[in-house]
Amino acid sequence: MSDISRIHLLHAAMVVALVICWFVLPVYHAGNLARIMVFAIYAMGYNLLFGYTGLLSLGHALFFGAGMYGLGLAMHLGGVFAGPGILAGLITALVVSGVVGFLALRTSGVAFMIVTLMFAQAGYLTVLLFGTYTRGDEGFVLPQATRALMGIDLSDAQNRYFAALILFGIVLFFIGWLVRTPFGRCLVAIRENEERARMLGYDITRHKLIAVILSGTISGLSGAAYCLLFGSAQAAFAAVPYSIFPLLYVLLGGMGTTIGPFVGTLFMFYLIDWSGGNMMVAGVVLVALALFAPTGILGEIRRRFTPWLP
Amino acid sequence: MTSTKKTAISRRSTLGLLGGAALAPAVLPGLSGFAQAQSSAPIKIGFQLHRTGIGAAYGRWYERTSNAAVARINEMGGINGRPVELVIEDDGTDPKRGAEVVEKFATQHECDIGFGTLFSHVVYGSAPRAGELKLPYFVCSEGHHVASGALNRYVLQPGITDVKSQVQAMAPFVADNLGKKVTMIFPDFAFGHDHRDFFSEAIEAQGGEVVAKIAIPPTETSFTKYFPQIPRETEVIYHVMVGPAVLTFVKEMGEFFGPSRPEIFGFIDSLEAVDLSSPGLEFLEGTYFWEGNPRYAQADQSDHDKAYRAAIGIDDNGASLTDSADVSTYAHMFSCWETLNVIKRGMETAGYQGPADRVKLIEAIEDMTDMAHSDDHPQGAKLFNGKTHQVFGHQYISQVEEGRLNVKHTTAIEDGFYEDEVDYTAQSF
Repeated sequence: MSDISRIHLLHAAMVVALVICWFVLPVYHAGNLARIMVFAIYAMGYNLLFGYTGLLSLGHALFFGAGMYGLGLAMHLGGVFAGPGILAGLITALVVSGVVGFLALRTSGVAFMIVTLMFAQAGYLTVLLFGTYTRGDEGFVLPQATRALMGIDLSDAQNRYFAALILFGIVLFFIGWLVRTPFGRCLVAIRENEERARMLGYDITRHKLIAVILSGTISGLSGAAYCLLFGSAQAAFAAVPYSIFPLLYVLLGGMGTTIGPFVGTLFMFYLIDWSGGNMMVAGVVLVALALFAPTGILGEIRRRFTPWLP
Repeated sequence: MTSTKKTAISRRSTLGLLGGAALAPAVLPGLSGFAQAQSSAPIKIGFQLHRTGIGAAYGRWYERTSNAAVARINEMGGINGRPVELVIEDDGTDPKRGAEVVEKFATQHECDIGFGTLFSHVVYGSAPRAGELKLPYFVCSEGHHVASGALNRYVLQPGITDVKSQVQAMAPFVADNLGKKVTMIFPDFAFGHDHRDFFSEAIEAQGGEVVAKIAIPPTETSFTKYFPQIPRETEVIYHVMVGPAVLTFVKEMGEFFGPSRPEIFGFIDSLEAVDLSSPGLEFLEGTYFWEGNPRYAQADQSDHDKAYRAAIGIDDNGASLTDSADVSTYAHMFSCWETLNVIKRGMETAGYQGPADRVKLIEAIEDMTDMAHSDDHPQGAKLFNGKTHQVFGHQYISQVEEGRLNVKHTTAIEDGFYEDEVDYTAQSF
């Protein structure tokens, strides 16, 4: 079997496994999995920029928040339905990531990290500043009756699970396809040796900008999905910790792997859950992982057993 | 257990049905025993606790108060003959984790209800899930979110008044005793905006006016540049600063005004869990505070307050009996005690037996009105509005005298009334 076939099979098997999970997992864990899939989309968006392109952003909460508030405000204040709401979330994230990418990519390395962090902090404070509309830190809820798409009630546990799974599957296959295209290969080339890629004639800035926009828009999709599926928007989701979470998810799961972000999100979620929210326990485990599996769970598996892992 | 997962025909449910049918004859003799065990099984109350995060100072005392309230309820025979068990989960004062904790209560711990949330953003993050899971969710938040109609029928606030009511009840005292030209200094986020909007309206109704509204960004650590913005005509400064920078705020305000200052009125939220004798707070001498419940035992202290303090282990200065430097969040934490007693009363009225009776429980509480000043309600008498799911009660205005807070005025319950903004009883379950 070729590597490409294996990759397709792996992704399809993962989606099928997630379908089965709904039927076999206890209610609590099935509910968790819906959340995990939504945040795994966020991590996959982050991974496209960090894991594949080698750009470490500390401001992705801005994009997540842009999607969340793009959809949330359009529905809460604009009274639009969920479909146009999702579109509003995506467009908001796309525009914000385009502007941030255009400006932030004038820097690199540590400066890029700091600039993205500052943009995200500015975004967080903007949400607070326009508290009349956003309700600031307190946020707002979307009424249950409005959270329906094509007549399907997305506040229902089963519908929510499969909505999250469909979005997750689309993003998984999209990224799986993207990273094997010439464009995706170029992103990896930039990560490995930017100067060499430039010397080969690639337009590095354009590739990076598109990567930021795609990464930001996917992150925004996750934010919009969270708001729609779980019914609330708060400024906390645009704050610094939510820029750090996807970094942790990707580092834990395995940067530059297609399913690593999901594995990292799953691992982190249950680490916090089982430790009763005790971040000290979570911190110790994270340090241990960083010491003994520096390439993340999937990275380690790829290194030891399955070099074809995407 | 209440399952909220709606799978028409699933593999698991099919297997479960078949397995159940096959095993039923074997276990039937034991079923009656199981039912008996269920009836004496504890009533599980999921306690969404701010053990970590920005709400931790409050959370510590909310936990102590709730444990004491549950111990008392169990000493009195529990609820409907069943003991009460608090199932505590830390939400990290985070809205995402808050929603997850609510889900955990409903689908993992199989709690009968959820309870205890203080910070409004966590309430907003959690309330939709509580409604979807049909889990009665009792918040102790003082936010206006419940009464504003923003939430759903499963969310109630029967243990503490909301900020709109508190602010409205304060305005007559401020206008009549301190001055009519007010400068407001508030944090530039939702909690501060609520004060800004509700108090501006309330003081105008008393013939006063807000001459300046100074919003302080939440990231601010020094306040000297804001004080020159206070107009000279100001008669009263109204402050509701919260967070770790509050000591700096008070100290710098003292340095700015020196010995000649306008009247100052604040919300004790600023100084909950803070010792009034802390260095830098001398400037507060003679100033006034709203207190949800008087921190210092007053000369006319009720027996109910005495019993309440003793149950939690608090001295007459509002600090822990075992550590006088461990100051409580006395103005707010009574809400846990009183909410748990309302839940007890509601369950007893509804004849609550299990999750199937959750609707009956909510209806029983919606039917409540008067709550007498008693050991169940040591803060004072209250009036519950079943339509808005919000309780109304007395407010206390205290003055700092020789480093302690002495109550100068107690508002009437009616002072906090406002027009209903929602009728939750008209919503379906």
